[in-house]
Amino acid sequence: MKVRLATVWLGGCSGCHMSFLDLDEFLIDLVDAVEIVYSPVVDVKEYPENVDVCLIEGAVCNEDNLELLHKIRQRTKVIVSFGDCAVTANVPAIRNQLGLGNRESVLQHAYITNAQDNPSVPKADGIVPQLLERVMPVHEAVHVEYFLPGCPPPAARIKALVGQMLSGVEPKLEGTQLKFG
Amino acid sequence: MAAKTLTIDGKPITAEEGATVLQAADEAGIKIPTLCHLDGVYDVGACRLCLVEVTGVAKLLPACTTRVAEGMEVKTDSERLRKYRRITLELLFAERNHVCAVCVANGHCELQTLAYSQGMDHVRYEYLFPKWGVDTTHRLFGMDHNRCVLCTRCVRVCWHVEGAGTKNVAGRGTRSHIITDLAMPWGESDSCTQCGKCVQACPTGALFHKGSTTGEMERDRGKLEFIVTAREKKQWVTAD
Repeated sequence: MKVRLATVWLGGCSGCHMSFLDLDEFLIDLVDAVEIVYSPVVDVKEYPENVDVCLIEGAVCNEDNLELLHKIRQRTKVIVSFGDCAVTANVPAIRNQLGLGNRESVLQHAYITNAQDNPSVPKADGIVPQLLERVMPVHEAVHVEYFLPGCPPPAARIKALVGQMLSGVEPKLEGTQLKFG
Repeated sequence: MAAKTLTIDGKPITAEEGATVLQAADEAGIKIPTLCHLDGVYDVGACRLCLVEVTGVAKLLPACTTRVAEGMEVKTDSERLRKYRRITLELLFAERNHVCAVCVANGHCELQTLAYSQGMDHVRYEYLFPKWGVDTTHRLFGMDHNRCVLCTRCVRVCWHVEGAGTKNVAGRGTRSHIITDLAMPWGESDSCTQCGKCVQACPTGALFHKGSTTGEMERDRGKLEFIVTAREKKQWVTAD
């Protein structure tokens, strides 16, 4: 039976997903081994049940990210923190340096101070998710099985980890395969 | 000078009296991870990455400030040491804002290299995300406190190689930080000779040449070694 694979894009730039697409011809082998059940590159709206492996790109930045993450944890056997934003919170977490209250100040800065037209903070309950007080790496919110660092992780590194998982060995990256940045 | 015989990782070694365990290991070709150590300046044991096990001593000792002794049995690699080195590295990453992806030293950083070579795939501690500034008041150099690991290499080269005494450490605990003269903007310092040795000494992206962008800050440690060799041995040669 095919491995049910999901990939998720939280607070990140999608660079990790671009790197995933850089797997080139390995993607063809992958299609034989996995079924992609949820991903920014497939049109599935609801995160499904019984997912075997989920690669999570991005830091946990807003309430939607957090809600989806809890759902993923309940419905997924193996979670992989995919890329530096997921592993360290990386660039999205730079706003944490502004301390508590940064949520208001970054919105103010982006949508009022630097706005050229119609300065106003976008607010639509149920549509625009609220920012969390503090951006978190994925493992701070839910348990994570494996870590795949890199900004973005090069395709060879993704291939190494996914390849290990598919061949049934305990995934383990070493040396430069663990380089951040 | 008297010689001492000891073993490092089971290998019999002879070292000069007064040599450090780190020097003895280095001469024997045994690599111990270091961060605050810099060839050419004295050691302070600040980073705790070179901790080793010595038979008969319950606590771990820093190889860079522990002198060799007759009959000493040193272990540089064990489950316990790997565990503590990883803890030390993770705490360093959690303490400041080490955002490798956008750092001037990305790809040329000793902290980054240590992290992956010691198998650090994530940080188990909550990041502090402290608020630190970047001092770009100097004409040539910048200081980004977000990337500083307080190894004090810059302070040591400034005082003991250049002899200027511009750089110093102020504060306590997590608020410790590198200052220029009496905690003034670097560009206003009277004592700084603009020699740039501190920039060459820095292991991370904390000190940089102005104008360097992500991953561009490469250093030439050989320059420091060249100066120290010239002073101590009166030889104007590079190590290689």
